[in-house]
Amino acid sequence: MEVCWPTISEAIDRHRRAARVPTFDYDPGRERRAEQRARELLRSCVNDEEWEMYRDLGFIRVWGAMADGPERGAAREGLAGAPYAYLIYPHKPVVAYLPQTRRLLNEYCVVFPDESRPYGSARLPDSDDVLAKWMALTGDEERLIAQANMHLPGRQVDPQQVKRDLWRLSEWERQRAARERRTGYGRVSAP
Amino acid sequence: MKLLRMKPGHGEVLLAEGDVDVPEQERELIEAFREQLEHGMWAAVPTSRTGGRRQARMVRSFGEVPRDAERVIFFPKAAGGA
Repeated sequence: MEVCWPTISEAIDRHRRAARVPTFDYDPGRERRAEQRARELLRSCVNDEEWEMYRDLGFIRVWGAMADGPERGAAREGLAGAPYAYLIYPHKPVVAYLPQTRRLLNEYCVVFPDESRPYGSARLPDSDDVLAKWMALTGDEERLIAQANMHLPGRQVDPQQVKRDLWRLSEWERQRAARERRTGYGRVSAP
Repeated sequence: MKLLRMKPGHGEVLLAEGDVDVPEQERELIEAFREQLEHGMWAAVPTSRTGGRRQARMVRSFGEVPRDAERVIFFPKAAGGA
């Protein structure tokens, strides 16, 4: 391998030059700065509770607003009118669930690819991906759900992990409510 | 009003900034807005509701943007993932 590597390496370089394949070196500093900007933008758009949820737990809960529940199947299963919510994770499917029973409903696989591919990647920073989902869900839930590919729970996001996250969320809310009671500072949580 | 665009590897980028009550600046904002839509971007205006809740309003034309909006955020349109 040591003998033939220079030849292979030169061949790869020749191929790149000939094909004019743009190459972008991965720059962790650039990615970190991008993520920091994205976090600031996210923080400026969501409310305090949602920001702290993301900061502490790594996801944001958004309450569903469609009268018949999240699209396809839910109404048929007699869930129309039941309060439901979504968990938004960075670069993972959006998970719909019933808060009262913690029953998982569906996964909605959705991406926001930037085909202009600055720096060679179509992938938004994590917090931008979360903000894009948050804006699309709170601004036009039906449109986003229609664009997404729907799957049963467990296809990409481990249901056990989601259950743990829902437990973490309930604990987080309990502690937050206790803290607010002590300080006399109330905030909004349920729709 | 500011027009911002999310960008991979960078975070948001300021596309245009201006006062919608100044005709020339409004024209520049409209032009920048249209250009983003032509590139297939979605546009959202973050808004506040009573009680501390926040949400976004998706807009499909500059005419749908509230005159008092501070910013419009563009992001790549959604596509079904794997």
